[in-house]
Amino acid sequence: MAKPFREILKTKKFVVTAEVGPVKGSNMSKAIEHIELLKDKVDGLNVTDNQSSVMRYPSLGVCLLIKEHGGEPIFQVTCRDRNRLAIQADLLFAYSRGVNNILCLTGDSIDVGDHKEAKQVFDLDSVQLIHLVHTMNSGKDMAGNDLDGGIDFCIGATGTPSADPLEPQLVKAEKKLRAGVNFIQTQAVYELDDLKRFTEFVRNTDDRVKVLGGIVPVIGAKMAAYMNENVPGISIPQRLIDELAQAPKGTGVAKGIEIAARMIRQIKEERICDGVHIMFIGREEKVPEILGAAGLL
Amino acid sequence: MEEIKQLIAPYKKVLVAGCETCVAVCWAGGEKEVGILASQLRLARRAEGSEVSVLEATVERQCEREMVAEIKDKVAEADAVISLACGSGVQTMAEMFEDKPVFPGVNTTFIGMPEKEGLWVEMCGACGDCFLDRTGGVCPIVRCAKGLLNGPCGGTRKGGKCEIDPDKDCAWVLIHGRLEKQGRLEVMRKYYPPKNYRAVKRPGKVQAAKA
Repeated sequence: MAKPFREILKTKKFVVTAEVGPVKGSNMSKAIEHIELLKDKVDGLNVTDNQSSVMRYPSLGVCLLIKEHGGEPIFQVTCRDRNRLAIQADLLFAYSRGVNNILCLTGDSIDVGDHKEAKQVFDLDSVQLIHLVHTMNSGKDMAGNDLDGGIDFCIGATGTPSADPLEPQLVKAEKKLRAGVNFIQTQAVYELDDLKRFTEFVRNTDDRVKVLGGIVPVIGAKMAAYMNENVPGISIPQRLIDELAQAPKGTGVAKGIEIAARMIRQIKEERICDGVHIMFIGREEKVPEILGAAGLL
Repeated sequence: MEEIKQLIAPYKKVLVAGCETCVAVCWAGGEKEVGILASQLRLARRAEGSEVSVLEATVERQCEREMVAEIKDKVAEADAVISLACGSGVQTMAEMFEDKPVFPGVNTTFIGMPEKEGLWVEMCGACGDCFLDRTGGVCPIVRCAKGLLNGPCGGTRKGGKCEIDPDKDCAWVLIHGRLEKQGRLEVMRKYYPPKNYRAVKRPGKVQAAKA
């Protein structure tokens, strides 16, 4: 994975990214294992930022680890835990150490995490964060002061193709595109028609932006029903739930991988979007199996 | 005053709506202030050569639906409403007259504590930099769980409910619905920069000018 992510985005290559989720604690062995396993098989590795508002090892820390191991990190930054000063300082730190891809997110609410009594920040929102990165890319901080040594980030945003209602989300997506992003990684998608429509919306607004469809393998009918009920912006169709329900006991993971690989193949063959972002939370070691089954190795 | 003039620039008939309770006590939005603002607006627009008809109405408490209902005929006559009530009053008006743009005429900076039993719902964060004119009269500062200014987060649940409470409406879905109804969605499409948290110094303190 020697090639910079932003250079890959300029090519016609089907872009593949995956995720490394920091652990709760300072033991890096699992992260290193996942980085070594994935770094040469994908174009970029996202590192989540206190994912689901659960306190963990910092995103930037694992990003540095990825650099040390020769990988290409995508630094996820949420607005929940840091105000505008802290975010700007982190961007300077990240860039100075060779981390130069950022995914700008609002961040989950404090209420869904494991420190529910904490004060949530949200000094900025995701659109304002994108603007902030551009401001700093131009050599100034948010207050208009000159930077002694600027930054130059490749900027990403998220999208929600299956949200209900979709319209307010599209208004926001349009603001992100207008602010200027290089790529979009979407929330998990199971209805490829939704992904297709979303990609068309993006292309109609700014056709230079690469859209990576979010892939989260579902490994059982129960998990699917739970996700439909509880995870915002997710819609798993009944036919997939039926398919999972019919899988023999003990083959759920294999079935989930099979379905994910099938979707990726279809996305690639039909050019539904420009690539995929695979999030197999807690089962990162299985990602190569998905890539293999999808014909991406 | 400049802000208010800009807000009502597109309209020919405007209602200035006051409230005789808290904002009257602090000389910001009672009947007297409604009269003053209405005259100022008429004069200003006449000077610009774009006359405006300004209606006046003041209710006892603009945060109570029954009392606001008393002026529904005047609201119906107007193209837009400037509310001199606190953020709660603005939002009560905006909710009752969904097809009508209701703009804040004051920047509510803080709200006293009524020492009475009952239930109150927080509608206004008294941020001192009112955003209600851009959101169809729904305050995202307190009614969005994250206080976002540029649209909903990705956590919106099916049917437009909030990430943290399936019984609570997503403020931004409400805002989108309201602005769409008024044909003003372009207001939501605009980019709003980060909020100025110096608009009010805490703890709040206001010295009234000479009466």
